[in-house]
Amino acid sequence: MDDVRALIIDDSFVMRKIVERSLRQAGIDLAEVWEARNGVEGLGALRRSAVDLILCDIYMPVMDGIEFLRQLQGVPNAEGVPVVVITAESRESHVAQALLIGARGYIRKPFTAEQVKEHVLPLLAETR
Amino acid sequence: MKQAEQPAAAAANSPESLRPLLQLASQEVFEMMLGCQVELRNPPAPAPFEFTAMVGFAGQLCGCFRLRSSRQSAAVMACKMLGAQLNHDDPQIWDAIGEMANMIAGNFKNKIVGLENRCMLSLPTVITGSDYKCRAMKDSYLLEVALLFEGAPVTVQVEIHS
Repeated sequence: MDDVRALIIDDSFVMRKIVERSLRQAGIDLAEVWEARNGVEGLGALRRSAVDLILCDIYMPVMDGIEFLRQLQGVPNAEGVPVVVITAESRESHVAQALLIGARGYIRKPFTAEQVKEHVLPLLAETR
Repeated sequence: MKQAEQPAAAAANSPESLRPLLQLASQEVFEMMLGCQVELRNPPAPAPFEFTAMVGFAGQLCGCFRLRSSRQSAAVMACKMLGAQLNHDDPQIWDAIGEMANMIAGNFKNKIVGLENRCMLSLPTVITGSDYKCRAMKDSYLLEVALLFEGAPVTVQVEIHS
């Protein structure tokens, strides 16, 4: 998969780098990567730039992943862009909620590059 | 990697029966996120742990998870997570050990059947320094797993209050 533009939203710098590396290890050629520390920054990044994929943590300060998903609706650059949530928490209620309001996938930490590939590649294939 | 055959049921288990899950949860995170095998070390060796990352549990499982390591080990974790060399005072070291604690605590919780919607995790807190004492709450139970990470001792603990 070539020239993918990804937005990675996580309050942890280390996790953002791990997610980016996992995408590359999954064979995804990243043309551009935007990083955001919370949902507010993520929405700001989307207003400035078009992306092909969004990977988003759930628990973040300022604006969490659930609220980010809610506010994503109506953002022009987000239309049709798959969002995959990544979290160490597995509460079914939160995962179900995320999927209900627009997330297309869910990856539980810890994860391998192979798991990222399994979740992300089919979504990119659908939309590109 | 060894997989858990059958996750434990939350309500029916004694704290000690959760020890294999804590071991497995820890080993999986080190292997999947750092690409490292960690060995169990029993009994725990006394070590000058300078970094402590803590995550709280609230709900059906109530208590505190702790990941303790030396500054050197915390720096090695951060280097492996980032795939880059870091100075020993780089702020990403705090971030890295906090995320490791978050993932091990979450992975441990996820292995206990029936706990998914009945237990919440706090965001991680990282403290530095070794001159402190944790005062256990009444009737708490301490599960401790000692590991050897890149030849250095690392400890994971779960203090279970209820």
